[in-house]
Amino acid sequence: MSETNASVAMLEPVEDRGGVAQPLLQVNGLTKHFPVRGGLFAAKRTVRAVDHVSFTVAKGETVGIVGESGCGKSTTARLLMHLMPRDTGDIIYDGMSVGQSLSLRELRRGMQMVFQDSYASLNPRLTIEESIAFGPKVHGMADGAARALARELLGKVGLVPANFANRYPHEISGGQRQRVNIARALALSPRLVILDEAVSALDKSVEAQVLNLLADLKREFGLTYLFISHDLNVVRYISDRVLVMYLGEVVELGPVDQVWDQPAHPYTRALLAAMPSSDPDRRTETPPITGDPPNPIDPPSGCRFHTRCPFAEPLCANATPKLTALDRMGHEAACYMAIPGSGHSRAPKEETV
Amino acid sequence: MTKLVEISGLNIRFTGERTVYAVNDLSLSLGDGEVLGLLGESGSGKSVTLRALMRLLPKKRTQISGTVNVMGRDVLAMNDEQLSSFRGQTVSMIFQEPALALDPVYTIGAQIAESVVRHEGKSFAEGRARALEMLEVVRIPSAKRRLDAYPHEMSGGMRQRAMIALALACRPKILLADEPTTALDATVQIQILLLLRELQREFGMSVIFVTHDIGVAIEICDRVAVMYAGQIVEQGTLRDIVRTPVHPYAKGLLASTIHGAKRGQRLETIPGTPPSLGERPHSCSFAPRCAVAQPRCLEQLPANVEVGPGRAARCVLAEPVTALS
Repeated sequence: MSETNASVAMLEPVEDRGGVAQPLLQVNGLTKHFPVRGGLFAAKRTVRAVDHVSFTVAKGETVGIVGESGCGKSTTARLLMHLMPRDTGDIIYDGMSVGQSLSLRELRRGMQMVFQDSYASLNPRLTIEESIAFGPKVHGMADGAARALARELLGKVGLVPANFANRYPHEISGGQRQRVNIARALALSPRLVILDEAVSALDKSVEAQVLNLLADLKREFGLTYLFISHDLNVVRYISDRVLVMYLGEVVELGPVDQVWDQPAHPYTRALLAAMPSSDPDRRTETPPITGDPPNPIDPPSGCRFHTRCPFAEPLCANATPKLTALDRMGHEAACYMAIPGSGHSRAPKEETV
Repeated sequence: MTKLVEISGLNIRFTGERTVYAVNDLSLSLGDGEVLGLLGESGSGKSVTLRALMRLLPKKRTQISGTVNVMGRDVLAMNDEQLSSFRGQTVSMIFQEPALALDPVYTIGAQIAESVVRHEGKSFAEGRARALEMLEVVRIPSAKRRLDAYPHEMSGGMRQRAMIALALACRPKILLADEPTTALDATVQIQILLLLRELQREFGMSVIFVTHDIGVAIEICDRVAVMYAGQIVEQGTLRDIVRTPVHPYAKGLLASTIHGAKRGQRLETIPGTPPSLGERPHSCSFAPRCAVAQPRCLEQLPANVEVGPGRAARCVLAEPVTALS
């Protein structure tokens, strides 16, 4: 089923208005705080789930987001999809900001999401074909055409339509369900697909199959991916650029090889060192950092990592370091040790130009 | 090396609306002070095997045959009273989700103390003293204060440490670990793995460690048994299995890990999905997905071939060791 059936119509993708140089997605100062109700007399507290997150995603690129639980990766994805309102910040899709030059309806066609739990994200009462056809129908496609499209897409994700179209989500395996979710996301001809831990719940051998599929689909449909995962091996394999998040903030970002080979932020270094070894003769001997990630309710002041950082100095607790460019390749880190002349004893000397 | 655990010809079948052949003709042994990894994907029967060792499977719906010997005692023949003294004192277990395994309405200190009182007949005060000692052993900061904490007041990594403290409170000879680090964050997972490795050495325990993650197995195991569809398809030392796997499934599993794969390069995969366990296997369960399958693979169950010292694989292609003259 690799050849495109001429009689199957796809929805027209949202028009490329900005051209190649225009980033597909620009995020500026995205912030989301959740209030937590304390006791009757307790002070009001807030979870700073996402705090001033800014990044761009170029057309055709795969951007990875890594971090531990509670670091705000999934909240970021939900804010981008407008599944929850943001407090402040701009989300600009192909040069258009949502609500002004781009309606929410159009945005949802231009941007789709695949979730971690493949079962919870499908309607148990709809057959697989109906689930995939649902979106296109909402967007004005006739029932027959939408079903034909659903079958076509099932073929594209490696499921034989004749065997799977009329089955229900509980009748198929986890890997197959995740393929269905990917087909459903593609049904609206999106240009950006957000994959939120989309392969994390799968077994290793199935995970590799789905990653290969994602690579094929990206080439065939010209997609751009935002790939969220806690698995560093997977992120390195699939991403061009990567964002490292810690307690709601981006602490480091850059091309994936730069970040992996020369991590600038101590948290990134700890995260990389915490990966289990792949060599029985070179086991990890000392844990890279101790303790659990702190609670995102009222996170530490200044640099949020300073409570676990082996190099923390008094200035780290006072003010938050800003993301600072380290080279011209787009590698940035938010650490005083990477900012010339910041006052940290390990910081590089300020260059005099 | 003396064998603490000897399982031979173990079959586990769940009955009910439909029958599931979860474990089929499984044999393994565990030596003194050894860490054995059971490696496999979901549904391969690794957790079921572990639970059978402690008889934790639901009585009414489970049919077990074969022999399970732990330190010379037949576990399958024990009555309830014998079982409850056997559990905790000889063998104890830690689980994937400490939030579910710990009792939410008792403090950590009370839960550990209860187990000591119950198994060693000590007073509650002595039990609490042991609890404090154990919390220090697993390196929970400000242990004294944590004695009176409830499980929900602790973070995930801390709860996992508390569960390890509870499991080790009566100094068991054998620790069963069912994916204890899977639900943890990466930076916490490595801390718990290193802690377990250290405690294993310090207490001289034997450990059976169930995991689906080869990286985790590499960090902690001495020997590995790879499971597929309720059978052990290959077992041997960790080094042998990681460096030179024999069984095609073990090879595929190792090749499909993404560690170090180049971007843009296709990942090696095992096509297809694991079989449903609706009937007893009559031929090699992996044959339908195997790239090197032959007609004889579908005719009968492949024998367990010894391919080296302490090393065996269930594959018709495995070369048996020829006795050197």
